[in-house]
Amino acid sequence: MTTTRNQVLADIRAATARGERPGHQTHSFATDLQAEAALSPSALVHMFAERVSEYKAWVGYSTSAGLSEAIGERLALYGTRYVVPADFPADLVQQLPCVRDEQLSHADIASADGVVSLSALGIAQTGSIVLDAGVGQGRRVLTLLPDYHLCVVYAASIVLTVPEAFERLRASIQERRAPLTFISGPSATSDIELNRVEGVHGPRRLEVIIVDAPGR
Amino acid sequence: MKPDSVIIELSPEFSVGAKQALQNTQLRRNMGKATQTIRAKRATVVGELPNWESLRDAGERIKAETMAHLDVYIERLEKNIQAAGGTVHWASTAAQANEIVTKLIQATKSKHIIKVKSLTTDEIRLNEALEAAGITPIETDLAELIIQLAHEKSSHILVPAIHKNRSEIRELFQKAMHLPDLTDEPKELAAAARTFLREKFMTVKVATSGANFAIAETGSVCVVESEGNGRMCLTLPDVLITVMGIEKILPRWEDLGVFMQLLPRSSTGERMNPYTSIWTGVHPGDGPQEFHIVLLDNGRTQVLGDSVGRQTLHCIRCSACINICPVYERTGGHAYGSVYPGPIGAILTPQLVGTEHAASLPYASSLCGACYDVCPVKINIPEVLVHLRGRVVREKHSHVSGWLDPESIGMSGLGQVFGNRMAYEGAQTMGKLAQWLFVHDGYIENGPGPLGAWTAMRDLQAIPDQTFRQWWRERNEHDDHA
Ligand code: SF4
Repeated sequence: MTTTRNQVLADIRAATARGERPGHQTHSFATDLQAEAALSPSALVHMFAERVSEYKAWVGYSTSAGLSEAIGERLALYGTRYVVPADFPADLVQQLPCVRDEQLSHADIASADGVVSLSALGIAQTGSIVLDAGVGQGRRVLTLLPDYHLCVVYAASIVLTVPEAFERLRASIQERRAPLTFISGPSATSDIELNRVEGVHGPRRLEVIIVDAPGR
Repeated sequence: MKPDSVIIELSPEFSVGAKQALQNTQLRRNMGKATQTIRAKRATVVGELPNWESLRDAGERIKAETMAHLDVYIERLEKNIQAAGGTVHWASTAAQANEIVTKLIQATKSKHIIKVKSLTTDEIRLNEALEAAGITPIETDLAELIIQLAHEKSSHILVPAIHKNRSEIRELFQKAMHLPDLTDEPKELAAAARTFLREKFMTVKVATSGANFAIAETGSVCVVESEGNGRMCLTLPDVLITVMGIEKILPRWEDLGVFMQLLPRSSTGERMNPYTSIWTGVHPGDGPQEFHIVLLDNGRTQVLGDSVGRQTLHCIRCSACINICPVYERTGGHAYGSVYPGPIGAILTPQLVGTEHAASLPYASSLCGACYDVCPVKINIPEVLVHLRGRVVREKHSHVSGWLDPESIGMSGLGQVFGNRMAYEGAQTMGKLAQWLFVHDGYIENGPGPLGAWTAMRDLQAIPDQTFRQWWRERNEHDDHA
């Protein structure tokens, strides 16, 4: 194996020695890009909400104080047994039909009526939610197997652009090598005659509650 | 080679197969609808970003810089993946990569694996290698599953079953999944696939994947997808094996932010694809606790060494060039005889397998330049095509029969010969006849010269009897009559 490694490296070096070798960069070209004009906080949240719902995800609003109730209202619609990450805030789950993920089996998770999680951040320009295994987000399988995912996004965590999101996520990667999942709407496929069908393997229903949106 | 063969080659018998393909109106309807829909969606979401052109510039510059210092970045990637608990393997050839993957799976004792759609594993024909070793690969991408159940080949890099309609898919599913009452509603078909594959996701302990990007700075690997089958394969099994071409590396974390804007908008015409997974080695208590990555060369360092051809390695497989291409729209993907169809296939395949074995592909283009305009990393596809045509001609010169070759004569000054279709096709016919010596059952088994070593390990698909140009022309003629 070492010899193959050396062979590939030698082939790369031979190939690059022949071509021109532009200067070695110490910064990313990404940082040369012009930043987008900033939006007002309420316009930012509005854009996020609009673009999430364009993926056919339901979007609602709540205050921090009313969050437990807001979650309860949604959960009452679809079932009686939900799962939440092991470190999901206690004050939120107390009155809810939720089981904590304390080493649940894959089968236990898959048979739940849904999952409730927090999130790392939201991206307004693309209507995306990012999970980085931080507080209240749990291991990846938890937000994957149930057919319904209710995701809580704090308004203050919403950024405008993809590069801003990557800037913020750098710490998650570097400090704790966090696994990341970007979610933009429910799972979908266009493989059958290019008709978009929501829901193949991931949660077929995605709902988002935006918390403490300015001006609401 | 006697020029008479031209006449034999062009006799009606040879075109029977193509005529049948031509009459496949379903194929053409599917293709036309598909490419037009995707094109319109792409144009809308690209128009939404005011800095699209600077993003393309950044994409191009990041890739060019990566290629120039690939040795530095690939060693950095290796170090960081290892530091995060992953194991790094290297493969010069497809055969080596297949052997590594097969052994890793055998060590787990698993007889099945679940697979995320990956062009790289298609390129090395991993499925065939695994089947030969008694391991059953299960494709989990809906379109790949359709293709696998139909025992067919992909015709598009993004929507591999683009040539199949819903009633054809229903029939396949009815049989394979024992669902006699299944209708052809896309929603029901997707639900059938969900149920069928859920059981596999929950039980199979080994998965393979490709990679869209890998970040040298952090050792992170990224897979972009829609259906969630990728997340399943990357999360549920105990062992994950990723096969990645060495050109997929990005130097820094921020670089990925550029490509996550370029790729979804260019490929599916969405602001963002439904799911993107990024993992860094092994995450304790979350996902596979054993992670292997195979870094694959398989002809890429040769492309790297060609100063004009090198930009081909910048490709992020978005398929925008395929969707915009007027030639692809009419012929479909199978005409390119490779896992990489369309304009990108026309430049990548000949460079990976050698121009002498895909001599007609650099001509599968009208040089209209539409592919260059949409390419998110600004690969100058027409420039590479012309460069490869030059190489085809030079290679013919170096052979004894080179002087007989009307194409060589054309390129050396007699423009009217080059413009003469009969003469040009005569040249291609000669190439095909020469190839006969090595072809068995549609595959080139013992290629001449340096290719011998390459084909000894991997069967090369031969140039079809009907060249791209012939097929194209006959399709046009048919259109004129339609
Ligand atoms: S060549 Fe460019 S447009 Fe074509 S698939 Fe590759 S990146 Fe996309």
